[in-house]
Amino acid sequence: MSYRHTIAHQVYRFPDLKTVLAKASPARSGDYLAGIGAVSAVERIAARLCLADLPLRELVESPVIPYDEDEVTRLICDRHPAALFSEIAHLTVGDFRNWLLSEVTDEVTLTRLAPAITPEIAAAVSKLMRNQDLIQVSRKCRVITRFRNTLGLPGRLSVRLQPNHPTDDPKGIAAAIVDGLFYGAGDAVIGVNPASDSLSVLKELWRMLDDVIQRFEIPTQSCVLTHVTSQIRAIESGVPLDLVFQSIAGTEAANRSFGVSLALLAEAREAALSLRRGTLGNNVMYFETGQGSALSAEANHGVDQQTCEARAYAVAREFEPLLVNTVVGFIGPEYLYDGKQIIRAGLEDHFCGKLMGVPLGCDVCYTNHAEADQDDMDNLLTLLAAAGVTYIMGVPGADDIMLSYQSTSFHDALYLRSTFGLRHAPEFEAWLVRMHLIDGAGMLQPVTGRNPLLRALTDMTRAVGFHA
Amino acid sequence: MNDPVVPNPWTALRQFTDARIALGRVGASLPTREVLQFDLAHAHARDAVHSALDVTALTATLRLEGWLTCSVESRAPDRARYLLRPDLGRRLHPDSLTRRSCEAAAVDIAFVIADGLSAVAALRHGVPLLAQIRALLSPDWRLAPITIATLARVALGDEIGARLRSRLVVMLIGERPGLSAPDSLGAYLTYEPRLGRTDAERNCVSNIRPAGLSYQFAAQKIVWLIAQALKRQLTGIDLKDESDLTLLPG
Repeated sequence: MSYRHTIAHQVYRFPDLKTVLAKASPARSGDYLAGIGAVSAVERIAARLCLADLPLRELVESPVIPYDEDEVTRLICDRHPAALFSEIAHLTVGDFRNWLLSEVTDEVTLTRLAPAITPEIAAAVSKLMRNQDLIQVSRKCRVITRFRNTLGLPGRLSVRLQPNHPTDDPKGIAAAIVDGLFYGAGDAVIGVNPASDSLSVLKELWRMLDDVIQRFEIPTQSCVLTHVTSQIRAIESGVPLDLVFQSIAGTEAANRSFGVSLALLAEAREAALSLRRGTLGNNVMYFETGQGSALSAEANHGVDQQTCEARAYAVAREFEPLLVNTVVGFIGPEYLYDGKQIIRAGLEDHFCGKLMGVPLGCDVCYTNHAEADQDDMDNLLTLLAAAGVTYIMGVPGADDIMLSYQSTSFHDALYLRSTFGLRHAPEFEAWLVRMHLIDGAGMLQPVTGRNPLLRALTDMTRAVGFHA
Repeated sequence: MNDPVVPNPWTALRQFTDARIALGRVGASLPTREVLQFDLAHAHARDAVHSALDVTALTATLRLEGWLTCSVESRAPDRARYLLRPDLGRRLHPDSLTRRSCEAAAVDIAFVIADGLSAVAALRHGVPLLAQIRALLSPDWRLAPITIATLARVALGDEIGARLRSRLVVMLIGERPGLSAPDSLGAYLTYEPRLGRTDAERNCVSNIRPAGLSYQFAAQKIVWLIAQALKRQLTGIDLKDESDLTLLPG
């Protein structure tokens, strides 16, 4: 069926739903690279007016990628709870925005309805929402997950400690871990992006991370962000692995370009569950996503990059992850050109994820060929904290020397904690107090060179290594 | 007045990593000095991204070293469009296709020096790296003139290599600048270059610069890959870089 909207006697026609969604999107370079963005400012609003009048049922019944062609579409359709959805099916997208923002729609209602929210519904309504709308509704959503601690509680902010090193030198990685822990970072996960894909190098990293966590009884979890097949092999060979990581996208073909399928992700999750390493819960998966990945793999099916991204959260949701994060500015200016586009995308992604019941964090980041700088990151960081983001990244000095991009620093997290009164995950907070790294009010405490934890961690750093 | 900067007593750990650890803090924030150091590194990277390759200077240097050269441009009209439209940077400008200086008999290897995302890297490291490579090349291998390519992406090498009727193209291209290095050069090798080759069909040697992978080691890796590619008639995921096994001293 075709879609249309008339403005001052001019009829704007859209051949299908995915075109309405693409043209209704706030302007971004990736949709123009794909040749699907609105050609004028008025056409964009015509698409939004058209979208606002569509019933939610239409979005469920007309998949943007055909059921027979794409296993992500099949997942979305087959898992959709019809009875639950019937409570909101009659609303138009415009009415749905009003309903979300209404004070009578609260955390309990949103949590109950989350399984009925398809990615297309979340993406569609986000296109009618201003940044403040995205923040207000995200704030009302609550997604709580557990492995060795509890993430996503109200008034809390967690940090992934990201201690990357360009040659995976265990000493270099350990040194960055020490830095992060003493800044109070690491409650979301201690997660390393390895440069190598050699299994022997990776095993060394898993063992070292496990050793730090076990020896110092840190209530957190570790992850080595390599391909899921390597992690399955590692589990089979007895490596102490906490979380299974994988980059995912919102179409079957894009996932294929990552070398994964839903079946493979299910297999990986079963393998991780078999280790029974979570003490408080069984959320064992860690996913990363980002707008533009489907187009980058030439696997977007003419669907706009924000809708593709929301579909990745349907994939994530299936596997009950501990953490999902959108690596929002990593992909480059051909997808998100500048600070304005990166900020908007970060808020959209966080909103769509939370609305769908996914524990979304954000890698607030940019590359040096994007029109962005630290001020843009400060803005997005602050807006996401207001929106109740589950976690952010913690990279020494915001400079990732392995991946060559700028993320957020341990200091950035301190800034959010002091500005918004945000606390650590409770179990991790108790550990920090026990170690005298923070006081009862969560304030970072001065440390001297005689600090016993610092001495022990320094000794460990000197001792680790492939040939130690 | 007491110094408000709270130092971190683990500066000794800096010996193990170039990461920005033990920066100290003022309240929740970075000390002034660290903020400005970061901004300086970002400024270097930004200038590297936006600078143009000095083709005249590079041509002169290459000719002094005894190389034949030719130059080509991609279809990207300017740096801004180049950043927004990677597809334009992957195709030769129609005018470049008709340059007579690029026409030659069939060859084994075509080297390309390309600006990519860091013209600084191409200008600084292209010529000295080629000098190290030349010392290791087999005399049996026929070489095309060195192509200098501007507003180029990696895949532009496919069309250049096909145009030069070369069995292998070696694209020496400026990598996306990071804060620690605005001038890293990457080398991408593609066997039987032609339009439509995918990244999975290439081999890459990354982080080439004096403080990263030295010219000498990079040249050894690249020439090892060249020899393997010509012998086994492929590049990409089926050609694993095992040069370390044969190159490591001792």
